[in-house]
Amino acid sequence: MSNRFKSRYDDDINLFEGRWHLAQYAILMALLLAAPWLLGTYYLGELTAVLVWSLAGLGLMLISGHTGQVSLGHAAFMAIGAFTNLALMLRGWHFLPALLASAVTSGVIGAIISRPILRMSGIYLAIATLALSIIIEDVAIMAEPITGGVAGVFAPPIAMFGMEIDRYATPEAFYYLCLAVLVLVTLGYLNLLRSASGRSFLAVRDSEVSARALGVNVARAKTLSFSLSCAITGLAGALYAHLAQAVNYESFLVLISITLLLQIVIGGLGSVHGAFFGAIVVVLLPQLIAIASDYLDNTAGIQIAAYPGLDTALFALLILLMVIYEPRGLYGVWFKVRTWLQLFPLYRKGMFRRTRTYLKTERQR
Amino acid sequence: MDILQLLVGGIANGCIYGLLALGFVLIYKASEAVNFAQGDMMMLGAFLGVTFINASYADLPFLVGITLAALILGLFGYLLDRFVLRAIFGQPQFAMVILTIALGFLIRFVAGVIWGHDPTSLETPFIGRVWTLGELMIPVVDAVIIITTVALTSILYFFFARTRLGVAMQASSQNQMAAYYMGIPVKRINAIVWALSGVVAAIAGVMFAAKGAVEPSVGLLFGIKAFAAAVIGGLGSLPGALLGGLLVGIVEPFAGRYLPSGVGQIAPYVLMLLVLILRPGGLFAQISQKKV
Repeated sequence: MSNRFKSRYDDDINLFEGRWHLAQYAILMALLLAAPWLLGTYYLGELTAVLVWSLAGLGLMLISGHTGQVSLGHAAFMAIGAFTNLALMLRGWHFLPALLASAVTSGVIGAIISRPILRMSGIYLAIATLALSIIIEDVAIMAEPITGGVAGVFAPPIAMFGMEIDRYATPEAFYYLCLAVLVLVTLGYLNLLRSASGRSFLAVRDSEVSARALGVNVARAKTLSFSLSCAITGLAGALYAHLAQAVNYESFLVLISITLLLQIVIGGLGSVHGAFFGAIVVVLLPQLIAIASDYLDNTAGIQIAAYPGLDTALFALLILLMVIYEPRGLYGVWFKVRTWLQLFPLYRKGMFRRTRTYLKTERQR
Repeated sequence: MDILQLLVGGIANGCIYGLLALGFVLIYKASEAVNFAQGDMMMLGAFLGVTFINASYADLPFLVGITLAALILGLFGYLLDRFVLRAIFGQPQFAMVILTIALGFLIRFVAGVIWGHDPTSLETPFIGRVWTLGELMIPVVDAVIIITTVALTSILYFFFARTRLGVAMQASSQNQMAAYYMGIPVKRINAIVWALSGVVAAIAGVMFAAKGAVEPSVGLLFGIKAFAAAVIGGLGSLPGALLGGLLVGIVEPFAGRYLPSGVGQIAPYVLMLLVLILRPGGLFAQISQKKV
């Protein structure tokens, strides 16, 4: 492990700690750029899905992971983003302004909703956002001129840079589009986290009382975080609409909201990596099960397909084990492995011991 | 008469919501945790009831069946706490939320494998029987549900207010460390309350299956609705849970009847959001300002 000497204050908040760190991400970026040549069409589609769900996870991570306000209703904002984008495109808007509009719409709606909702905390906030998700589900059926009612709407092809971008006709172009949006948002996210606003989010998460004592406007921080989080999720919703080609109310059921939260928990709450790890698990687990089931069917004659919902059950089991044994999620595992390698002979077992707290009532505040 | 008829149906439905909400409140009162798998435990109780009572399965008498279902689900709750939930004892409340959501998914899957995905009804001795009061028709099932709910709520209310165990449960939720100092076995208390909520979930489940049909996925949305009821009443208050359940149960059919279609389904949630915004602690608020 190389020890870097910090000579400027900026060294503390640099995006990349030194050349090697930068090189790692450059390699990752190069691999992602080369993916269309490395993967077949099918797996490129899956990778695109990973990108889209990472984006949605990032959105939820901002409010739940980094500001500490658990939201069980973010599929609602995916729905708002998706329907805004499609409705505007069907009325002749160009794709990019429509994409921006979907981010702005979900952000603004999020900001309006956040004021009354973010006065609650903990479990009350979770159930309020859950209720929001259920309400939006029904609103999506009722607002027929925009959402197409029960039947839903089909995504028109995207015309950009003199070419037509379509998930099936030109999967590479759509992949690059998603990648570009995700990279931009991720960079913006990282920049936000090292700015004053971002650090005030972290302060609010760790202790509202201390944050207030340090001069953070808690209500403003929460509202800003919630609205930005909704905007990112709205972007993800818009991209998801083009990925799925057709969306209706069923694309954004309350179950999606719950899965999205479980996704970032499994990835690791409070880490940007976590959003990506979680998305990889959520998208690729069904694939893995399909492959395993084919294999078992061919070799041992066990038919897993006879049990519908096995993928959700396995996912739930994974969550269960994660919460019990590794609350920091896959990012925690990765972090431990990395530390072990960096400190090689010196790693101690108790390094990441969790602290236990005695419960005190929340009913007296 | 129409309104009265809707009201009777709404009250009976509301009582089931209330029963399920009681389960939420029990656990919240004793350990300040929320069990998002409560709806799925109810579903499990309903299937147990069907298994013991229906003629095509064990064909036991109604009361014996409901007792067996309650005992088994109580044991299930106890073991769940002993072997799964105790592993995260001392972790933040949020961990419990995630853990119980995951448990709910697992229970749903297992129930689907055991009992299949077809809706099943419970065959009760009072099936199809109706009392008529003038023009008003009261199905006997509804009457049984209402009586059971009221009885159970009062028993639990006095249990928490009067018995040593009940007071110990409240103490352990208010301040675990202080409860330890007073010699309360906090972990065992938690296990007992999970067992108790299992029993309540089983009774709610049997009532649910007696009134409608049960299939593995009913637990999720029904559970969320019951949780909304508990929140409306003010999480932590047993009479509040019953009142919240009744409100949800009554609002639903009336909104479905007199408001544009689609509103009926979301009315309970809108009601909950309104209550939360206007009275953040619910109707019977249990939250009090901390004195420094």
